[in-house]
Amino acid sequence: MRTPAILSVLGEDRVGIVASVSRVLAESQANIEDIRQSIIGGIFSMTMLVTVDEETTPFDQMQKSLAQISEELGLQITLQREDVFRYMHRI
Amino acid sequence: MRIDPEEIVETLLMVQQQRFDIRTVTLGLSLRGCAHEDIDVAAARVYERVTQAARNLVPVAEAIAAEYGIPIVNKRISVTPIAELAAVCNAEDVSPFAIALDRAAHEVGVDFIGGFSALVQKGMGDGDRRLIASIPAALAATERVCASVNVATTRAGINMDAVLLMAQTMKATAEATKDRDCIGCAKLVIFANMVEDNPFMAGAVHGTGEPDEVINVGISGPGVVRAVVDALPKDADLTAVAEAIKGTAFKITRAGELVAREAAKRLGVTMGIVDLSLAPTPAEGDSVAAIIEAMGVGQCGGPGTTAALALLNDAVKKGGAMGTSSTGGLSGAFIPVSEDANMIAAARSGALTIEKLEAMTAVCSVGLDMIAIPGDTTAETIAGIIADECAIGVVNSKTTAVRLIPACGKGVGDHVSFGGLLGEAPVMPVNQFAGTVFAHRGGRLPAPLQSLKN
Repeated sequence: MRTPAILSVLGEDRVGIVASVSRVLAESQANIEDIRQSIIGGIFSMTMLVTVDEETTPFDQMQKSLAQISEELGLQITLQREDVFRYMHRI
Repeated sequence: MRIDPEEIVETLLMVQQQRFDIRTVTLGLSLRGCAHEDIDVAAARVYERVTQAARNLVPVAEAIAAEYGIPIVNKRISVTPIAELAAVCNAEDVSPFAIALDRAAHEVGVDFIGGFSALVQKGMGDGDRRLIASIPAALAATERVCASVNVATTRAGINMDAVLLMAQTMKATAEATKDRDCIGCAKLVIFANMVEDNPFMAGAVHGTGEPDEVINVGISGPGVVRAVVDALPKDADLTAVAEAIKGTAFKITRAGELVAREAAKRLGVTMGIVDLSLAPTPAEGDSVAAIIEAMGVGQCGGPGTTAALALLNDAVKKGGAMGTSSTGGLSGAFIPVSEDANMIAAARSGALTIEKLEAMTAVCSVGLDMIAIPGDTTAETIAGIIADECAIGVVNSKTTAVRLIPACGKGVGDHVSFGGLLGEAPVMPVNQFAGTVFAHRGGRLPAPLQSLKN
């Protein structure tokens, strides 16, 4: 089952954030469909639309992998199913 | 991208800074198949039924919370009013049902289980009588069981014999749990116009018009609404305030709708209702009173409070009704004093009185809720308070309720403390002029006319 999800990353800018996040996604066979990124006042902010292949990597397993790099990089990383945003912000 | 980054940030902020959460995913369960004339057999069947049907409730709710990034604070169960099972068996003490429910609640890991209940608005059957008589012992012997009794409806009027009996039962429950700040009374609510699909405690029951198993969801989010009102310019008029609250209520409700659908699907049961209630918690900022104060009332309870609350309640319903077609339960803003930090402060400062709270219940859900009163308050006085609150519900065709805590051995200036979602409450003064005659007249206060509505 391919599940659309929103990945958001927020924290102090540093070398290797995109690389680290992308590596976890690639290893989990998650595809990046869209990406937006900005740095304002040294704060790195990135949102990605990804599709998670739950047959390869269960959703909770992906969240655990991301939680690990979140700790390593000192960033706030969240992965949420996309429909929560669709439900809350679209009629 | 199909979703704007601003919308993503807004959603994250709602959860991380404004304490947005789903208050409860409540599994409604019919226990009618558990009836047996031997109470031990019936109680064993209740335990078996609840533990089997609800075994996946907590893991499913936790998985949904993690995947969608929205906390689900409580997982709960509501069951068929136990008076229906009490009627079939002949035991005088029916607290073994409560003990079976409590064991089952611990086994499946839910926070509360509601339904040690009876509906006696028009008259009291023998099973109802035995259930009510068992309430003090049942609530003293259990941790997670909630009890409720419906004593009035718009169609039947108010059963004044039941009102006095419930006032006495409330005092007996306080006495039976006085070693724990009378916590039994925090799990006992007396209703007018009780609803049968309410996911919130202490009044959740699984009504007779419901399917065997159903998922009902109660939303929360006072912190989010307060942040939206706070963000408005100070000169924004009240139409703009209502519009902003409506938009936010829509978003909150949609999250509830999504959680309800997903939980029902994963558990393989019917999706019931989304209860559009703003439920506060004692945490700083997660307060209904704070919304009223953000609208500009000096302190909750001051003049303007009832109007502000009416606006809030109406806007939440309008926004919420756009967010789900499965509106149900109590649906309105809650004003439980002990569970709302700003209400606690207002009660302490004297801004908020029981009489003002009573007025507020005319325009919101649900009633005089989680209010500590002096332990020496008479049953006649409590009966008068219950009758007054029922009259508001009966005449206005709405649900009202009373959940008071007569704090044994305590008076005004003291407080009771329960911890967790139940919070803490200062003991509030009670009007001393109830007399002793009215409560003892008994009989039924007739149902009101439903026309000539002025």
